Amino acid sequence: MEVRELTCVACPMGCQMTASIDNGVVVSVTGNTCPRGKKYAETECTHPVRPLTTTVKVDGGKHPVVPVKSADAVPKEKMFDCMKVLNEVVVKAPVKIGDVIVENICDTGINIVATNIC
Amino acid sequence: MLKYDLVVVGGGPAGMAAALKAKECGVEKILICERDETLGGILEQCIHTGFGLHYFGEELSGPEYAARFIEQVEKTDIDVKVNTMVLDITTNNVVIAINKQDGLMEISATAIVLAMGCRERPRGAISIPGTRPAGVMTAGTAQRFANIDGYLPGKEVVILGSGDIGLIMARRMTLEGAKVKAVCELMPYSGGLTRNIVQCLDDFDIPLKLSHTVTEIRGKDRVEGVTISKVDGNLKPIPGTEEYIPCDTLMLSVGLLPENELSRSVGIRLDKVTGGAVVDQYRETNHEGIFACGNVLHVHDLVDFVTQEAQTAGEGAANYILGKKEYADYRIHTKGINGVRYVVPQRISMDGSEEPVKLYFRVGQVFTNATVKVTRNGNVIYAKKKRKLAPGEMENIVIKPEDLQDFSEGDYLFIEVEG
Ligand SMILES: Cc1cc2nc3c(=O)[nH]c(=O)nc-3n(C[C@H](O)[C@H](O)[C@H](O)COP(=O)(O)OP(=O)(O)OC[C@H]3O[C@@H](n4cnc5c(N)ncnc54)[C@H](O)[C@@H]3O)c2cc1C
Ligand code: SF4
Repeated sequence: MEVRELTCVACPMGCQMTASIDNGVVVSVTGNTCPRGKKYAETECTHPVRPLTTTVKVDGGKHPVVPVKSADAVPKEKMFDCMKVLNEVVVKAPVKIGDVIVENICDTGINIVATNIC
Repeated sequence: MLKYDLVVVGGGPAGMAAALKAKECGVEKILICERDETLGGILEQCIHTGFGLHYFGEELSGPEYAARFIEQVEKTDIDVKVNTMVLDITTNNVVIAINKQDGLMEISATAIVLAMGCRERPRGAISIPGTRPAGVMTAGTAQRFANIDGYLPGKEVVILGSGDIGLIMARRMTLEGAKVKAVCELMPYSGGLTRNIVQCLDDFDIPLKLSHTVTEIRGKDRVEGVTISKVDGNLKPIPGTEEYIPCDTLMLSVGLLPENELSRSVGIRLDKVTGGAVVDQYRETNHEGIFACGNVLHVHDLVDFVTQEAQTAGEGAANYILGKKEYADYRIHTKGINGVRYVVPQRISMDGSEEPVKLYFRVGQVFTNATVKVTRNGNVIYAKKKRKLAPGEMENIVIKPEDLQDFSEGDYLFIEVEG
């Protein structure tokens, strides 16, 4: 049995948790304040994911860039690949919050959506 | 002269939530003055997610969180003046503001909510010897460059201070292809949220050098490098520990200061530790009818708590405007001791209310497995075990109305940490 100390990053409370892992399966989690913490610990110990936020260039907008996020967290090891794709994207204004900017980025099954208007 | 029941100074999350709450409570004429071109405050440049989990149960980015409130404000008849700077407030509650269309305005207000937020400590607040080349900037300025103006402010970066903005920018710059060589923190602990250390530094193997500071900046026109040194227990650089790091950018994330010039000019009493006003549980200052909330009152790490606090202030202002305010028979004080740096509110108005009182506080050092205690005349009225307490994370406790009986004028409630 392996024991891992981790900090939940699912919300800014940052609960300190202890996860016990047996044969690649998380068997117990303590220290979490809410169920999201348990879920985070399970994912983090098996296939870590992170929310990705950045900006993409805009043509004809109020500002030169518009902020975007991954609609769901992307696999941690794919963050830089996703950034490469997003650095090449140019969208045309107007953009609304929630507009899909890139569909299924890097075959993750996850969309990149706008988080502000422009 | 323009006349409003309520004038809110600042259109960030605090100002918007206070105005919306006052509207909901039945206040008729409300005006928000915002010096920027849009409502939203600092959230507009905070494009990372992590906002709203407590309040909306969703993880939103800063602009998305702000947009929810902007939409609500637009649905009401609350007047909004953007590109409008409030210059002064007089002792009889007249707000002096200026913008291009209206020129100089005098706005008389029954009540005022101060929601001006905070600003970053500039370089002048910390003295670093060496040249004054380009490439030295606060982390917040760098954030605005990257997230709103759309350009990367550097390629090789050293960050001084481990406040949240600095940590967030370390990740942002790294994702954009820059190399963040080190984050130096003068104190033996970080000033930021633990989650940000994990997600922004550990994820990318960026070294966090605790008890380190920048002792020299090199470069003529542009930064070429910085020297960092280890500091001793008195925060003085230790000779012989110098390390030179080549870089083109030095970002400062050395803390935030509530923006209280206006409060000072109207004679509002400020708390030396928070840098914000001294308030009671309704967030009313010592100047009757003037309330304060959000980062102008004390620096918050979570916008969700800003929203809650602003609603308290908005409701307090509404009660005052609508003549429903219960006048206090007397006031008692709250005070942080033994490891607790500050408590907000600093005073509790004893007006016969049966409502519980929520106290926010921050500790001055890291504690593990400690107990938070509230005492009155030596008797413990509240105690709770905490796995971890850190200066970077604001805590709160709720005092029940029955524990607030039978005090007398000037009595103290002490909040402390044991263990
Ligand atoms: C980089 C950064 C990262 C953060 N990360 C998180 C996070 O992950 N999760 C989270 O929950 N919270 C986070 N926060 C905290 C949260 O964003 C703030 O606590 C919140 O925005 C404070 O709201 P406010 O309304 O008090 O201040 P602000 O948002 O600063 O708004 C104040 C407004 O008042 C205006 N103003 C000031 N003076 C005047 C004047 N004289 N006249 C007219 N207008 C004036 C300003 O222009 C501004 O718009 C972060 C903050 C920063 C800076
Ligand atoms: S366990 Fe729940 S409350 Fe604690 S950090 Fe994770 S999501 Fe937040």
